[in-house]
Amino acid sequence: MTVETHALGRSPAWANEMAAMLGAYREAGGNPDALQLPDVATLVVSANEVLAAHEIPGVHLEAQPLEHGVRAHLVVEPGARIEQAVHLCFGVIPAEGLQEIIAEYDIGAGAQVQFLAHCSFPNAVKVQHIMQANIHVGKGASLTYTEAHYHGPTGGIEVRPHAEVNVADGGRFVTTFSLTHGRVGLMDLDYAVSVGADALAELTTKAYGTGDDKITVHEVMRLNGRGARGLTKTRVAVRDEAMSQVYTTAEGNAPGARGHMSCTEIVRGRAEARNTPLVIVRNDQAQVTHEAAIGTVNRKELESLLARGLDEDEAVDLIIRGMLG
Amino acid sequence: MTRPLLVIENLSLRRNGHDILHGVNLSVNPGQVHVLLGLNGSGKSSLAYVIMGCEGYTPDSGRIVFDGRDLAGLSITDRARLGITLAWQEPARYEGLPSEKYIGVGVREKEKEHERVAAALEAVALPPRVYGVRAADRTLSGGERKRVELAAVYAMRPRLAILDEPDSGIDVLTLGDIQRLIRRLADEGSAVLLITHREELTTTADVASLMCFGSILWTAEPGEARRHYAARCRLHVERLGAQPWDADQPEVRAALASNGIGAGREEA
Repeated sequence: MTVETHALGRSPAWANEMAAMLGAYREAGGNPDALQLPDVATLVVSANEVLAAHEIPGVHLEAQPLEHGVRAHLVVEPGARIEQAVHLCFGVIPAEGLQEIIAEYDIGAGAQVQFLAHCSFPNAVKVQHIMQANIHVGKGASLTYTEAHYHGPTGGIEVRPHAEVNVADGGRFVTTFSLTHGRVGLMDLDYAVSVGADALAELTTKAYGTGDDKITVHEVMRLNGRGARGLTKTRVAVRDEAMSQVYTTAEGNAPGARGHMSCTEIVRGRAEARNTPLVIVRNDQAQVTHEAAIGTVNRKELESLLARGLDEDEAVDLIIRGMLG
Repeated sequence: MTRPLLVIENLSLRRNGHDILHGVNLSVNPGQVHVLLGLNGSGKSSLAYVIMGCEGYTPDSGRIVFDGRDLAGLSITDRARLGITLAWQEPARYEGLPSEKYIGVGVREKEKEHERVAAALEAVALPPRVYGVRAADRTLSGGERKRVELAAVYAMRPRLAILDEPDSGIDVLTLGDIQRLIRRLADEGSAVLLITHREELTTTADVASLMCFGSILWTAEPGEARRHYAARCRLHVERLGAQPWDADQPEVRAALASNGIGAGREEA
């Protein structure tokens, strides 16, 4: 793979590492070409090495290596309208390793930005990836954060994406976390979001567990401001002996707050799925709703596909792939 | 004489202690549109599920023969691979599954899938570029989802398409598109078993059967069936009550005779 942009003056070792990361990035679903465009803000981190940190007007990226990862500060200036998504690429190429990302995201008031994060661990046999993020979405700002993982075939990985998010009044935070390609290994996602007045937060989590994968999702949505709106949408499929546990909490703490939690977990084989929703309402003008479907696929969905000639495994796989999109 | 593609003989179904189908006899010829006309609750959809082999719809007696082969014991997949398919009255919603992918599922010649899907969407008056990428989920209206369902059937090129009330939830302007699609299916070689309670759709058909309380009352050319639809079915319901098929009961015979109706002319 050719590494061109930002490569001047770099060592051959850097070029090799960058090429490996770009390959891994592609496996995670990313477009490596986008990482090399001059008008695209980019941060590429391999284990604890910052391979690229490319800023553009309105977006500032700082990253310092730690012993086992990096500490990053990502700032979007108030009022900035960032046309192209900011691309983040994290990964560990070797079979073993620890990567800890401690990140602060500061989205200035009125700014609009989208982040595309791809995390790839294609050779993982014994890899840990820990993300501890603090995200502040300023007043009237909009942040769309999409994170996709690729973990390779062995399942020898632990991922612990944790985030504390504050969405200020009138702000908008939409995030999608997906781990649907390769083995999950052990996943422990823990997001807590506080939502201000007339602000919106949407959390979507998708995971497909196979083998002896273990998926744990903790999501807490605190609708603190008047008119705050929140949605958690969890879509998990488990088969073989995989296990998923989903804990979602939504708090309606202010007048006009509206929250909804939607959880679908499809279970195949000897897998096991659990869902524990918790609804807390502290204001008599707030409302939080919850829906969950845990178990086999919907019979009608299945039969409709069988009636086109698919066998049951093919049909279930198609339903799951659609759901996990 | 053309050999029927589908032959249903003396088919009966009980579910949850209720007789749903009783002594159904029906046949559909290749390339024929056979409309099954009946009021709500008459057993039309149940008959469709029995033919398709859906769970919980194994007949208690009788048999279904498709192209000379008894379908007993065959799974839905087996039946679909023989060329039978069903468009559900209320099609399932698939979260995140693009309509083009759903429509393409039944296309066996994968090299033709893209072309077939686009043609099928056009056939139901949905622009392929817009609707191909839209998920076949709750974001589609009821009418749009039904059209996607019909497109999926058309793209499959089945030998027998069972269309369960394809007109319900469809606006008047779109109804013409649906009728043209049904005709097109037949013209291109598919037999169509068209289930409806709206007699207007019989204009698309070659043959019509009236169904009431789980029995076929009458099979005739569509115009004749249409003329008898309301009167015969209403009388049948009113006079025969909970055991409409028991034509051997003297009171049933008397009720039918007094209205100038026989016990029902089963298809020869």
